[in-house]
Amino acid sequence: MKFLSYLISGIRLGSIYAIIALGYTMVYGIAKMLNFAHGDVIMIGAYVAFFALYRAGFPLVAALLASVAVCTILGITIEKLAYKPLRSATSLAVLITAIGVSYFLQNAALLLWGSTSKIFPTILDYGFIELFGGELKISYQILITIATCIVIMVCLTLFVNKTRMGKAMRACSEDKDAARLMGINVNSVISLTFAIGSGLAAVASVLLCATYPTVTPTLGSMPGIKAFTAAVLGGIGSIPGAFLGGLLLGIIEVIAKVYISSELTDAIVFSVLVLVLLFKPTGLLGRKTSEKV
Amino acid sequence: MKKLLVVLLSVLCVLSLAGCSGGGSGDDNTGTGDGGTVVKIGGSGPLTGPAAQYGIAVKTGAEIAVEEINALGGLQFELNILDDEHDGEKAVNCYAQLTDWGMDVSMLCVTTGPSLAVADMYQEDGVFAMTPSGSSPDIIAKGDHIFRMCFADPEQGVAAADYMAEKGLGTKVFIFTKSDDEYSTGVAASFKNEAAAKGLEVVGEYLFTSDNATDFPAAQAQEAGAEIVFLPLYYEDDTKIIKACQDLGYNPVFFGVDGFDGALEQEGVDVAMFEGVYYLTPFAYSAPDEATQSFTAKFNAKLGNNPNQFAADGYDVVYAIYNALTAGGATADMTTEELNAIMMEQFKTLNYSGLTGEGMTWDASGAVVKAPLVFRIESGALVAAD
Repeated sequence: MKFLSYLISGIRLGSIYAIIALGYTMVYGIAKMLNFAHGDVIMIGAYVAFFALYRAGFPLVAALLASVAVCTILGITIEKLAYKPLRSATSLAVLITAIGVSYFLQNAALLLWGSTSKIFPTILDYGFIELFGGELKISYQILITIATCIVIMVCLTLFVNKTRMGKAMRACSEDKDAARLMGINVNSVISLTFAIGSGLAAVASVLLCATYPTVTPTLGSMPGIKAFTAAVLGGIGSIPGAFLGGLLLGIIEVIAKVYISSELTDAIVFSVLVLVLLFKPTGLLGRKTSEKV
Repeated sequence: MKKLLVVLLSVLCVLSLAGCSGGGSGDDNTGTGDGGTVVKIGGSGPLTGPAAQYGIAVKTGAEIAVEEINALGGLQFELNILDDEHDGEKAVNCYAQLTDWGMDVSMLCVTTGPSLAVADMYQEDGVFAMTPSGSSPDIIAKGDHIFRMCFADPEQGVAAADYMAEKGLGTKVFIFTKSDDEYSTGVAASFKNEAAAKGLEVVGEYLFTSDNATDFPAAQAQEAGAEIVFLPLYYEDDTKIIKACQDLGYNPVFFGVDGFDGALEQEGVDVAMFEGVYYLTPFAYSAPDEATQSFTAKFNAKLGNNPNQFAADGYDVVYAIYNALTAGGATADMTTEELNAIMMEQFKTLNYSGLTGEGMTWDASGAVVKAPLVFRIESGALVAAD
């Protein structure tokens, strides 16, 4: 029973990783770049939601929408200002720019809002469901987190597979030049990808802060790296891969923390990544690409 | 157009960096150097960056003390606290800058790492240096010129265990320890020793690092049957752990150390969650005595929030220096060597009562001798626990 409760807590953490991992994986799949500023977009989302909830007194849904709106605009702005001019530059230059944007956002937050942590108000406090005669308690907050993740996954999969814009995205990910020749506006597809990824980051930030209520300028760094690991584990570029990778990572993290060693958790999590990549270099659900020589 | 935007963005980046490093460098070199008309007190602390709250608190507390002293009309002080960003190398630069400025006595550094990086240099120069809040015992071990205003980490662990045993708060204790933080491990280690001696049972310890300080398995403490949860941590982690326990409906006695200071000041915090928490601190802004109330009012007027113990430590360091200098008959036209000779002589016998303690004395190692106070949070305010 204890194991089951830890498993559920792992799935909750994994769901949050999965939503963040989507941002990494979609941007990588379409723009072929690693957006390391993604974790800091989460941080900005958390601050926006905090100010909306606490200072402006918005209801939860309005605060969530405000956070999504700000993050979406921020994502598009970052793409336009920092990444678009580097479209034809080497991938190393883009990577370093992404790290620069990440530092910029963190330091801007430090200057604007200070280093003192802010406490996210309790928003999803609806109590518990009790199962097996009260032996297993699951809070509604956990259920809402997991449900949100599943809804997002289903919607996103439908969007990518069933709509015209989704088709354009898949085309860009397949071959950007060919897509352009077919009349697809590659730039707007990339912007849309950043918008979706950043909007999801805002959702993740609210779910993250509902669980761990401390808002600081470095809030997004570790979840960002973990979610990136999840994306690579599942196969970067693949949407179901992000889901699978996120869940696995969350579960491994919680189980390792409780049953093996709390100090070695991160070492265990990253060893799993190394092992998977040794045997399956494209990740669990990644597509095999053959390099033409 | 693209180029223009790139240029704009890079200018913004550069400006943001400049903002960080330039933030606290007090360039007001109005003193007249060695043997001038004022006594120059130097020091450094994190005024920008993630630890900025501590440096700003100490600096503001010290400024209030200097303003009060200068208003008395006797010995005049000039204060220069530079920004070391909680970084040892930058603290060395600050030290060099302060030496050029003509520093007479020093407040060393606010945090432990930078203090350790520069203590040797002060010792070599024969400059009296007292850290307001660097709590590692290694700092004052650097030499006889290095002093400390706050408690050492191990003293807090001992005091916490003594209090729990004496007041019968419970016998089964669970500890959350941040294993990559010397402050946390130092307090936890001395607590475990003292707990064993006092008949307390440590039923479990959860170790974590700053990289995985998010998901706290509070259920472990609950299953171990702990009546007390001991938190030798800073308030950010304290807050997360207390919330994790309460989310499970588990309400043991929470016992924090002086790093808990600041928990109630976090924006957006629901103070009800801290109801009944005990913690050790040498200073509480809500204490009713006149000195504390006047200090709190002045601090509030400057920064718009209530002072924590770091601010009080900064204030007390300046006053301890002032008391020693006036007791030794110092005048502002004395050289740095003469002033430091007085400081070293006076601190052997100095008995100072300030915001962070009554009748404080210093032993030969440079450590302060004072009694830690236990406070309890009741209705969102600190109440001295008896």
